[in-house]
Amino acid sequence: MKHELFERNVIILSVAVLITVAIGGLVQLVPLFTMEQTIEQVEGVRPYSPLELAGRNIYVREGCYLCHSQMIRTFRDEDERYGHYSLAAESMYDHPFQWGSKRTGPDLARVGGKYSNDWHALHLQDPRAVVPESVMPPYAHLATTELKFGDVAQHMQTLRTVGVPYTDADIAEAKSDLKAQAVGDGDTAALLERYPKAVVGDFDGDPSRVTEMDAVIAYLQMLGTLVDFSQYKAEPSFR
Amino acid sequence: MMAQEKEVDALTGTETTGHEWDGIRELNTPLPKWWLWVFYVTIVFAVVYTILYPAWPWFNGYTHGILGYSSRAAVRDRIDEMAASRAHWVEQIETTPMSEIVNDPDLLQIATVGGRAVFANNCAPCHGTGATGRPGGYPALVDDDWIWGGTLDAIHTTVMHGIRNGADPEARMSEMPAFGADGILTPQQVSAVAEHVLALSGAGPDNEEGAQIFAENCVACHGELGRGNNELGAPNLTDQIWLYGGTKADIVHQVTKPRQGVMPAWNTRLSDAEIKQVTVYVHSLGGGQ
Repeated sequence: MKHELFERNVIILSVAVLITVAIGGLVQLVPLFTMEQTIEQVEGVRPYSPLELAGRNIYVREGCYLCHSQMIRTFRDEDERYGHYSLAAESMYDHPFQWGSKRTGPDLARVGGKYSNDWHALHLQDPRAVVPESVMPPYAHLATTELKFGDVAQHMQTLRTVGVPYTDADIAEAKSDLKAQAVGDGDTAALLERYPKAVVGDFDGDPSRVTEMDAVIAYLQMLGTLVDFSQYKAEPSFR
Repeated sequence: MMAQEKEVDALTGTETTGHEWDGIRELNTPLPKWWLWVFYVTIVFAVVYTILYPAWPWFNGYTHGILGYSSRAAVRDRIDEMAASRAHWVEQIETTPMSEIVNDPDLLQIATVGGRAVFANNCAPCHGTGATGRPGGYPALVDDDWIWGGTLDAIHTTVMHGIRNGADPEARMSEMPAFGADGILTPQQVSAVAEHVLALSGAGPDNEEGAQIFAENCVACHGELGRGNNELGAPNLTDQIWLYGGTKADIVHQVTKPRQGVMPAWNTRLSDAEIKQVTVYVHSLGGGQ
């Protein structure tokens, strides 16, 4: 078409711009309307416990996603190295998601339980002490910085407004749950009732206080552990 | 001002846009034909693609495409294909006792190569790429100084269930008492026994008081001569191989408030054949018993 038509008539130009922008917008928006069908029906995925959530916030703050993905792709080699491919359901409570698009380090979607707490503490403080060829920067400050968790209930409240199903009790007990998980005593039974499979314990080797290291390790140790893949039926969610 | 009529530039033979500013006119050079055709082909490609493959969101999900392709089904097929291609060996490794695998050159080679790959992914972060261990509680696996035993069966059990991980009820379990922190020994006694422990491996002069304390407190697990006990996970103290450092201060620290190393259980993460392969690999590194 001769574009002189658009150049000489401002109404036609405006309508054409509107149509073009609308197509771009619809391509981004329409898939969101089918979200219900995108997320698989699986057992086990739960919201993050307060300590895991605090750790996750530190993970985001430190920009871990810049080098570590949390998304095992549907390839054979990925399956062999990292385990079952990631499900949409496994990140349905992630705001924002941490899929990442860059792997300077390995994928972390199923790192939970793969190493000991001690290993994580040592590795985060000095990566080359355990992996000499690593290019990861040290995060020693996590072990010396006390975790500020006065606002953890508000974080949960915020997530609830975007659809994470925290109950009133979850939010009311946030601080005591956090402490119970981080030092391994207190009411851990109630914690595990609310957050099954949460890893409880003193993570950084210093039981006297709750550090950012405790929170990050608690988060890392639960990644990818919630879905029991021996019970998972893959076929209905083939896509 | 804009001219309505077509105008052809005399010098190039190309149409102008009809625009003119200060006597300068703009050529309306057409897009190269090859470029235009590539563009049309990409449009056709996109249309064909969306017909063949899953593409558009729809009211009840999305258009599946007439090929019925699914990336999840595809990866399942790739994994099944791989399993089928390996089935011959995997089956033999699963059904053959490890003591026979190590005596069968073909199986041994398969197990060692497969075990090395498993080791590199799962074990090397703690035990080192060459299985030489790391200071701070990650033992070397290339020597014959075993904590929980270096026979095929012992290594297999350790890999299967791990050590003190709290996740596997069959995990290997032992807990050295915190002799200092729990007040079983005074700091002076701890210092004396540390000197005796150093003397056991010839790393210092003996301390008689320490020897006495050792006999009363330590021999139950570490043995009368300090040579350790694989059944209890008590390390040999006479070989100058130290898990948490070999200075007196390190030993005092370990007697006062022992660090308890943790190893994850691998039976939830690795297949039976993978665990047997990595066991054979670790056993072959030099220290297998």
